[in-house]
Amino acid sequence: MNVAVRSTANAPDAAALKAQAARLRGKIIEMSHKAQAAHLASSLSCADVLTAAYWHVLNIDPGKPADPLRDRFILSKGHAAAALFATLAMKGYFPIEELDTYCQDGGRLAEHPPANLLPGVEAATGSLGHGLPLGCGMALAGRIKGESFRVFALLSDGENNEGSVWEAAMFAAAQKLENVCVVVDYNKWQATARSNETLMLAPLRDKWAAFGWDAHEIDGHDVGALAEAMQNIPNGSGKPVALIAHTVKGKGVSFMEDDNNWHYRAPTAEEVVKANKELGLA
Amino acid sequence: MRNAFADELTKLGNEDSRVVMLSGDIGNRLFDKFKDKHPSRFFNCGVAEANMMGVAAGMAMNGLRPVAYTITPFVTTRCLEQIRTDVCYHEAPVTIVAVGAGLAYSGLGPTHHACEDISFLRSIPNMVVICPGDAFEVRGALRAAMQQDRPVYIRMGKKGEPVVHKGPIADFKIGKAITIEEGSDVCLLSTGNMLPEAIEAAHKLKEKGISAEVVSFHTVKPLDEDKLKQAFARFKLVATIEEHSLIGGFGAAVSEWLADTETQHKKFLRFGTPDAFFKKSGEQEYAREVLGLTGHQIADKIIHALN
Ligand SMILES: Cc1ncc(C[n+]2csc(CCOP(=O)(O)OP(=O)(O)O)c2C)c(N)n1
Repeated sequence: MNVAVRSTANAPDAAALKAQAARLRGKIIEMSHKAQAAHLASSLSCADVLTAAYWHVLNIDPGKPADPLRDRFILSKGHAAAALFATLAMKGYFPIEELDTYCQDGGRLAEHPPANLLPGVEAATGSLGHGLPLGCGMALAGRIKGESFRVFALLSDGENNEGSVWEAAMFAAAQKLENVCVVVDYNKWQATARSNETLMLAPLRDKWAAFGWDAHEIDGHDVGALAEAMQNIPNGSGKPVALIAHTVKGKGVSFMEDDNNWHYRAPTAEEVVKANKELGLA
Repeated sequence: MRNAFADELTKLGNEDSRVVMLSGDIGNRLFDKFKDKHPSRFFNCGVAEANMMGVAAGMAMNGLRPVAYTITPFVTTRCLEQIRTDVCYHEAPVTIVAVGAGLAYSGLGPTHHACEDISFLRSIPNMVVICPGDAFEVRGALRAAMQQDRPVYIRMGKKGEPVVHKGPIADFKIGKAITIEEGSDVCLLSTGNMLPEAIEAAHKLKEKGISAEVVSFHTVKPLDEDKLKQAFARFKLVATIEEHSLIGGFGAAVSEWLADTETQHKKFLRFGTPDAFFKKSGEQEYAREVLGLTGHQIADKIIHALN
């Protein structure tokens, strides 16, 4: 078995992670403003999950993005690309200045993560419901090749509408893919309506549990708790792990929180200033 | 095109109680009027397009006229099996309406591009494929689709495209192309949201003394064979123009027709997207420029071909 040296399982430094999450949110807001791009609230919703993953959990080396032993992180809710791009740039996968090319003509940063183009992006996403099947394939490849890397897939709640998610869920359980962890960004909003008024997701934890997963509810904005739970994969249950992360769409900026207009809206310069103040960045 | 679709759909919903609207969790506020008037006939089917298409087929098999709507790849390739087997095999009168055809959503990246859908859908038996050239053609196509007793696919651009027609098209007919501008040297057969580029190309050609006819060839299946016969007989150059792959699209359909009917012709050019994903960031205008699909680039290639 090829085991990569995993970062020592230090207890997460919650305060440091929190500060990092605020910086990430600031960057995302700046990008959304400059590009006047949609999906800002979707990106803010999952900023803490990304922070926990990239600044504590993942066994990765930005200098070696193709290392076969690296942990895989798949942003299955690809419309939160701004959050992923900002994360990867801040981690050093590519120059931070490249974020200025987000949505600009001829650049590498279109509005969804691209295939085979940008270091650190494990899979092209944007069509919802693809990340988990891909992740299962990656985990099985690791098993077959004797590489014990872990696979994390971040799904949106609306994405749980897709049948392909549940096909993969049953597959992963049957294959006992204990190296696979799904985090569901459960912000209770989809693009045009409340999630549970669109398709009935609730009780979401019970559903994942019934599909054979070790499923837990978690506060999706408690970076420390997220870091601990994700770091603990595989957790000895012998099952793939689902973290149903309760989140608030637009989290971090009072006038965006739980207001689904920010699924499509981009902030004005004034709103950016206000947001930065609230995030303690000004 | 998008707003015209929502508006015409509301009117059709008022006129015909069989009309049911299914949306795949997109079009925020777009269907508010329809929802207000017909709350029991609107369904947000969520991010679950395969189910949406199956539900639409079931409704259509039981006397309703469902319209299934979302972003092009998700309402076509994502649920292709349901379209083929549930809708087309049963000849269920489902109207599939796609928004963001071709590179309309270029900035969203290849997951949201749709340059293969005509190819897939026109190869399915019983399917009609319509690519409206402007908002009035969208209205005409939707109305005509509702009068059909069979599956219809309507491939729209996005919102805010130039409006080409002066008003409602009284005699919009499926399978009957519309001449937009008369000409005598070359004939530009455009399908879908490329119509404004075709018109621009014609104007550029005129500046060089070349008279171009512009045709909105809105129906890709069935083809308007009379129009094709006339065009290939009359003009020294015929070009097809589409925001879709050269493989399997409108130009390919015309090529097949040429081969199958052994039609004699002079020059024939096809404008469309190449056999590659467009990965660069950038909006539709930029993508068209890179791919040589703007009006002035089309005109240049035609001038080159004539020399
Ligand atoms: C297969 C597919 N269908 C539709 C869409 C269009 N779309 C983009 S985001 C979204 C829903 C957003 O809600 P959710 O998935 O819950 O994510 P959130 O932004 O709330 O985190 C939809 C329908 C898509 N990207 N992929």
